[in-house]
Amino acid sequence: MPVTAEPSAVRGGGRGRFAAVGRAFALVRRDPFATAGVLIYTVFLTIAIFADQLATHDPNQILYRPNGRVASNLPPFAQHILGTTNLGRDIYSQLVYGARSALIVGITAAFAVVMIGTLVGLVAGFFRGFVDMVMMRIADVALGIPFLPFVIVLSSFLEPSMWNVVIGMALVVWPSTSRVIRSQVLSLRERTFVEAARVTGSSPFRILFVHIAPNVLPLSFVYGSIAVGWAILTEASVSFLGFGGGDTVSWGSMLQNAYASQALSRGWYHWFVPPGVCIILVVVAGFFVSRGFEEVLFPRLRD
Amino acid sequence: MAPLVVASGLEKHFPVTRRLGEVLRGERPVSRAVDGIDLTIGEGETVGLLGESGCGKTTTGRLLLKLTRPTAGTIRFDGGDLADLAGAALKRFRREVQLVFQNPFDAINPRFTVFRALREPLQNAGVPKEEHPERMRVAMHRVRLPDVEGYYDRYPHQLSGGQLQRVVLARALVLEPRFIVADEPVSMLDVSVRAGILNVMRDVHATMGLTAVYISHDFALVRYVCARTVVMYLGKMVEDGPSAEVVARPLHPYTRALVQAVPVPRVDQSREPLPIKGSLSAAQAQVGGCRFRDRCPYAFARCADEEPPMREVAPGHRAACHLL
Repeated sequence: MPVTAEPSAVRGGGRGRFAAVGRAFALVRRDPFATAGVLIYTVFLTIAIFADQLATHDPNQILYRPNGRVASNLPPFAQHILGTTNLGRDIYSQLVYGARSALIVGITAAFAVVMIGTLVGLVAGFFRGFVDMVMMRIADVALGIPFLPFVIVLSSFLEPSMWNVVIGMALVVWPSTSRVIRSQVLSLRERTFVEAARVTGSSPFRILFVHIAPNVLPLSFVYGSIAVGWAILTEASVSFLGFGGGDTVSWGSMLQNAYASQALSRGWYHWFVPPGVCIILVVVAGFFVSRGFEEVLFPRLRD
Repeated sequence: MAPLVVASGLEKHFPVTRRLGEVLRGERPVSRAVDGIDLTIGEGETVGLLGESGCGKTTTGRLLLKLTRPTAGTIRFDGGDLADLAGAALKRFRREVQLVFQNPFDAINPRFTVFRALREPLQNAGVPKEEHPERMRVAMHRVRLPDVEGYYDRYPHQLSGGQLQRVVLARALVLEPRFIVADEPVSMLDVSVRAGILNVMRDVHATMGLTAVYISHDFALVRYVCARTVVMYLGKMVEDGPSAEVVARPLHPYTRALVQAVPVPRVDQSREPLPIKGSLSAAQAQVGGCRFRDRCPYAFARCADEEPPMREVAPGHRAACHLL
């Protein structure tokens, strides 16, 4: 525990904020699992951002050999890093673009889930009473909806697209987050420092967002990083089942194509193993990071 | 001494869990935490509210600060009725009264630095920003944490209990309140740092002319810090007088038992067994008459029939007992 005080040069509103960020990084580095998670995320994020530069071909383009025939089923490590599909598409480029759609889906879905879940949990737990009851009954209903079938039904009503997964997550997955946040708020609102805030003249709004919310944010982040993985997994499942977006290349649609082309029984491992591994890596990274978050954001566990 | 806080007929009842029979009969049993308190606190006075757990002393403190609504009775602060306070008047009241908490380890938001904790009351009260540093510095000096810069960046979990309670006190003082309620301010602290905190409180009282109510179960503490002592038993006041008087010449049998129970730092002292038996929970059920009668060694017939009123026995020294 750092007992020596370092008189900081910063005075006023922003004091201590940079120290908190620094501490967060220091702790993440100390936890090997969190480090691995952050590393995996960083790699995939880089790939997703620079997909245009990293990809060697258009992932949907049918490639031809010099002799004019379709360049189908080429083995890896020859002209194409991971070979080509049975329709002559570059697998490596698909994988690179797949990272982009996976992260877009994962991050937007997680953001939506965390925003909705946290706000509902905060308001329900803090104000109790009628608001709480109505919100929690809606949560009960949402919890009762089977998630994957719901997304499939959604894609049949809407245009098939990867955004269906995001909408589905936002509509159905928030209750688990809001339940946890709510219970945390219920316990926080009885704490002495909340009463202290009231005594010093803080408004209910200020108590909720300045005193209570920051203390539940760690939980929101934990659920957020889990939601990223879950969204990617769902997107893959939906695509694999053939309900994904038509033109978007994703790891799930790659698996679907491989499956439909009997790549599994023909032993074209270079086709279906890489997207599978990528999915596993990103999902696992989500859990690793959430694990690390817990220690970063509940600093007292460490001290 | 002009009265600052005047409580009259103050009552606070809490609903208790109903048994099936009570639900069927439509009864709503209540726990009478505070049951008829008349208390006048003069400006600049320090009052110790003394009693065992469950006697309603904390509830009384919370009532005086309008943190909970009384079931019956009124409280006037500086002439105005607390029940009528709303909006701007309530905000002004919040600036003038403060509470010091029993548990300093939980009284500051764990994510707040000392700096933010101290600044918050000032922000809420709308004190101009330029005045913040000076006011905070003064408050920190008052609680004898003069190394201001050394504390500002620390989080509550980096401070000791004694330091924390000083910060909590500083936060209460930063708005220069007129009235302060301290609820068992040292009971959670290590014995070695209690004296330090109590001395700080005495100084603060002397220099700021603060009106204060100290809630405690510790006679020694109340006597050390407060000029006046009020003893409570089961939601009622049983004795009220100058602290030295109450300790030297306790009038009520309950006060006498309390004084006798104060430990004396002598290993070989022989102690009389306490004259009272039983506990609060047994007495909770009885209604009417003196509440102390079933534990009182001197109880007689009248105690069961008639509730003893507060009677002035010596100047400024009152007690509620039929024997007086």
